[in-house]
Amino acid sequence: MIYFWAFVIGGLITAASQVVLTYTKLTVAQLLVILVSLGAILNGFGIYDRLIDFAGGGALVPVSGFGSSVVAGVVQEVRRLGWEGLFTGVFELTGLGLAAALVFGFGLALVARPKG
Amino acid sequence: MDPKRYRQLVQERAPKPNVVRDATRAFLLGGCIALIGQFVFDYFRLIEPTRGEAVAATLATMIFFGAVLTAFGVYDKLGEWGGAGAAIPITGFANSMVSSAMDFRRDGIITGLTSKLFVIAGPVIVFAVVVGFIVGLLRSAFLGLFA
Repeated sequence: MIYFWAFVIGGLITAASQVVLTYTKLTVAQLLVILVSLGAILNGFGIYDRLIDFAGGGALVPVSGFGSSVVAGVVQEVRRLGWEGLFTGVFELTGLGLAAALVFGFGLALVARPKG
Repeated sequence: MDPKRYRQLVQERAPKPNVVRDATRAFLLGGCIALIGQFVFDYFRLIEPTRGEAVAATLATMIFFGAVLTAFGVYDKLGEWGGAGAAIPITGFANSMVSSAMDFRRDGIITGLTSKLFVIAGPVIVFAVVVGFIVGLLRSAFLGLFA
């Protein structure tokens, strides 16, 4: 069942984004910023974690899942360290992906040629 | 021709966005990428000790997929077909970094490639961190973690 909901929720978030892009003047970059912030805020209310329990990758994979993971990391690290966790926790769950993006992004852009 | 009338004519002749078709494609592509993410998440839930580590590994793996597919020119094709279905998942975030870095490679490593990695990713990361910090602070206070 989780696979069904992962597909449907992931699809609904991207389809809704497509509709927003069509009907508003928002650019993709602006929408990404809005979604990432929205994911963080919804996690603050404990909502986004429940959506991940329910839809797994459907909630985690859209960039809103990235914003939500920043908050999850902060709370996890504050629990462990206290106030220092507010800072160290920011990259607790997302640092792996960001470092991967920079390392692979750098390497690939160095060797790959743009198509077309 | 009077500019007003000209603009009106251009608008009439321009291809109308097919909202239903575009949204359906975004739904299908976004759904498929999320489903792949679910399989990746399943795998890491088995081998990682905590849920948090599984989340981190899943995000990184999807970012890796997005970066590699971009380098091979595949991801931009997906984007042409599926619009937001390609752009909104975390793979699209990776795509935004690698594709602009590739495009500006010729301007040099520092002034081109590495600075253009952040054209779209920069604002996304700043908002994720700043909003995440504030919400994390409020959430931690609400949960009584500072007591």
